[in-house]
Amino acid sequence: MHLWLIPALPFVGFLINGVFGRKLSKTVINLIAVLSVVLSFALVVKVYLTAGDLAATPLHAHYFTWIQSGAFNVGWDFSVDKLTMIMLMIVTGVGSLIHIYSTGYMEHEEGYYRFFAYLNLFMFFMLTLVLAGNYLLLFVGWEGVGLCSYLLVGFYIVKDSATTAGNKAFIVNRVGDFGFSLAMFLIVVNFGSLDFGQVLPAVAGKPTGTLTAIALLLLVGACGKSAQFPLYVWLPDAMEGPTPVSALIHAATMVTAGVYMITRSAPIFTHAPAAMETVAIIGIFTAFFAATIGLTQFDIKKVFAYSTISQLGYMFLGVGVGAFSAGVWHLMTHAFFKALLFLGAGSVIHACHGEQDMRHMGGLKKYAPWTCLVLACASLAISGFPFTSGYFSKDAILGAAYAYAPWMYWVGVVTAGMTAFYVWRAFWMTFWGDYRGHGHPHESSWTMLGPLVVLAVLSIIGGFVFNVPEILSGMFPIAEGAKDAGAPSEMMLTAISVAFGLAGIGLSYLMYVVNTSIPDKITSALGGVYTLVYNKYFVDEAYDAVIVHPLIQGSESVLWKTADAGIIDGIVNGAGTQSQGLGNILKLIQSGNIRSYATWVVIGAVALIVAIGIGGAR
Amino acid sequence: MPAIPNGVPESWYLALSAILFVIGVAGFVFRRNIITVFMCIELMLNAVNLSFVTFANHYKQVSGHIFTFFVMVVAAAEAAVGLAIILTVFKNRSTLNIDEVDSLKN
Amino acid sequence: MVDLLFFGLFAAVAVLCAINVVVQKHPISSALSLVGVMASLAVLYLLLGAPFIAMAQIIVYAGAVMVLFVFVIMLLNAGIEVRRGRSWMATIFGIPALLGLLGVLACLLVRWFPDAPIVKFGDFPGGSPRDFGYALFTQYLLPFEVTSVLILIAILGAVVLARKELD
Repeated sequence: MHLWLIPALPFVGFLINGVFGRKLSKTVINLIAVLSVVLSFALVVKVYLTAGDLAATPLHAHYFTWIQSGAFNVGWDFSVDKLTMIMLMIVTGVGSLIHIYSTGYMEHEEGYYRFFAYLNLFMFFMLTLVLAGNYLLLFVGWEGVGLCSYLLVGFYIVKDSATTAGNKAFIVNRVGDFGFSLAMFLIVVNFGSLDFGQVLPAVAGKPTGTLTAIALLLLVGACGKSAQFPLYVWLPDAMEGPTPVSALIHAATMVTAGVYMITRSAPIFTHAPAAMETVAIIGIFTAFFAATIGLTQFDIKKVFAYSTISQLGYMFLGVGVGAFSAGVWHLMTHAFFKALLFLGAGSVIHACHGEQDMRHMGGLKKYAPWTCLVLACASLAISGFPFTSGYFSKDAILGAAYAYAPWMYWVGVVTAGMTAFYVWRAFWMTFWGDYRGHGHPHESSWTMLGPLVVLAVLSIIGGFVFNVPEILSGMFPIAEGAKDAGAPSEMMLTAISVAFGLAGIGLSYLMYVVNTSIPDKITSALGGVYTLVYNKYFVDEAYDAVIVHPLIQGSESVLWKTADAGIIDGIVNGAGTQSQGLGNILKLIQSGNIRSYATWVVIGAVALIVAIGIGGAR
Repeated sequence: MPAIPNGVPESWYLALSAILFVIGVAGFVFRRNIITVFMCIELMLNAVNLSFVTFANHYKQVSGHIFTFFVMVVAAAEAAVGLAIILTVFKNRSTLNIDEVDSLKN
Repeated sequence: MVDLLFFGLFAAVAVLCAINVVVQKHPISSALSLVGVMASLAVLYLLLGAPFIAMAQIIVYAGAVMVLFVFVIMLLNAGIEVRRGRSWMATIFGIPALLGLLGVLACLLVRWFPDAPIVKFGDFPGGSPRDFGYALFTQYLLPFEVTSVLILIAILGAVVLARKELD
């Protein structure tokens, strides 16, 4: 079965490219990097085909015992069930496509080998995360992908903004990781183990309070990794990294780790209803919040970044109302169309020679027709256009949300409208109208377009082909889709959300193609509100003032000046100064004068005799 | 003394030894001529010899005498070498005043 | 009775000569006073039943070591001691230290030897040259040999220190 090969292949790719990459030619680097991931994907497919019914007999592989401490035992275990299989397919499949795309995109970049080395390392950690059979190994992957995110966001090491963004990503993630660690400690204390196979079946007997605490702490971790409010601030800044990185890590795979983790811990959450509600509320709030910001941004990557945050909010909503498989379904379809959106944006940026501001784009339809076509597919999917993949998954979530609490459905539907609006706004601004930039745009090469086309196909048909709730049926305790008799039928709910989506598309067409002066009129009419939203509600500035600056000030004045320089240096230097002082006093004995030495000898002899006399050495 | 003893109590010998020793120390501390200081050292050694012989008499063993003998031997050797050193110092510094031989001052 | 007389006489001589050693200005006077101390001590050794040691004292100490001292004094033409230089330590703490030493020794003496046995001339016959030699060459043979090496080293040292530089 050789499950270990699946993450091992990218790891070997990382080692070879990392150690020898400087001397290898680009072709060889490409070959190693892409091949390792593609082979991994092939292995995943093989495992799927040969594994039989994973629901009945999940695969387990134990490699070695990592921690053995009394009764606490953690091993390097991989386990594969249907959920893992879906995640593996997504990670390796979309990962391979993005690797292929990157060979074209990063062609003229410095540090070529470093990029592919880090990308392979990321794949290794992400696969470890997904394959993990216990929380600790999951956490290893969790931390590892955080590290790779830092390395890749800060890939342009000469750019200050990039390295700062890398720091921000890592540090904010750390806050989430802290919550995750606490959750793991609580799990160990209450369950005695971290294995999924031992913890999850034993959840039913534990007190709700404990489970709620564990679930909330896991949620903190998930918020950090999946960029939910209030720990989302790193994701827009992470757009400083190269676009394939944004596609792979911040759209398709790493940010979904939070959703995966919550889904994996479903038994804990379903037994802690308060925590589930919190998940749903955070999800819907973040979805709405991020969508409003996405309406106003002009950088194409930032639009998609806020869109990612918003869609992740949808996934959290789905998971929070109990529709776990709907959440995972949206995770999959989102991987397709968001990766496509980002890669397409990369193609656009490539076409415009590095320009990212949409105000300087326009009319690219005639310069980059294929890019235009694939991005249209992606935009249709994310807007929930009927029968695209996004339509199925989003409506599954919204339907379940209505069953849980109708107000969530209505907020979700409005957000869907906003989603459609800002995505198509970006589309029209980029591809329609006249070219507002400088320079000569051109279409991208087929190394870049090929994966885009594959993803476009998946975005359209992915909902049909992979019916996730069917695949995962029976895994999750709450029956999904159950509603009371008086509720509107499912068709009705779907129709309403589709209507909102189409309205969003129509409105954006109106404002950005038909009458392009409307946006300015609206922004000037809304004035202060617009400024608030455009500046992302000043959340970053608030964090700066409340957390970052006091921390830095405190560190400087208390920890540095007082504790380190004052006390510690003081003690060390003081010891030295005291010794010197003592020495200075003692050196006066050394007068060079023999008679004084003689006197000292006599005094010493007297002392000695007194000591002997008192000591009674008779 | 209530009655005149018909011999000398040992403690008197030891007292004499102590007195001679202290006089030797006095000379060692207060005199400035190197050779005089050396002679005071010899005086101290003699005082100690007297002690040894007294105790040999007390314990009626000849080991005390033997030790005294060794002290004498060592004192002789020391006198030889010490005086040679004094000669060298005199040759180099032209002074026999120990207060002037203080180049080891801090 | 006679013991007491002899002891008193020669003890007094010893103390007076010792004080003279310390007090005299010219080193040659100090040297001669020291010879006096050694001679009286030799008599006291006889009283204590140590004839060999008494003879060794006269021959080695008074006869060789003090002669060496006198030679050196005359060689260096040492004159009257000049009171140059001062030592604060010795001036301030010298006398107190000495008195302390004396006091401590006296204390110990009184404490440890309150009822000391009487020493009479002739009550210790074991100090004869025969007994002395017997012990020296059997029980203390190793120290004896070692001290002979010591003397050899002392001779070498003295020769090296005092010779003229070879140009």
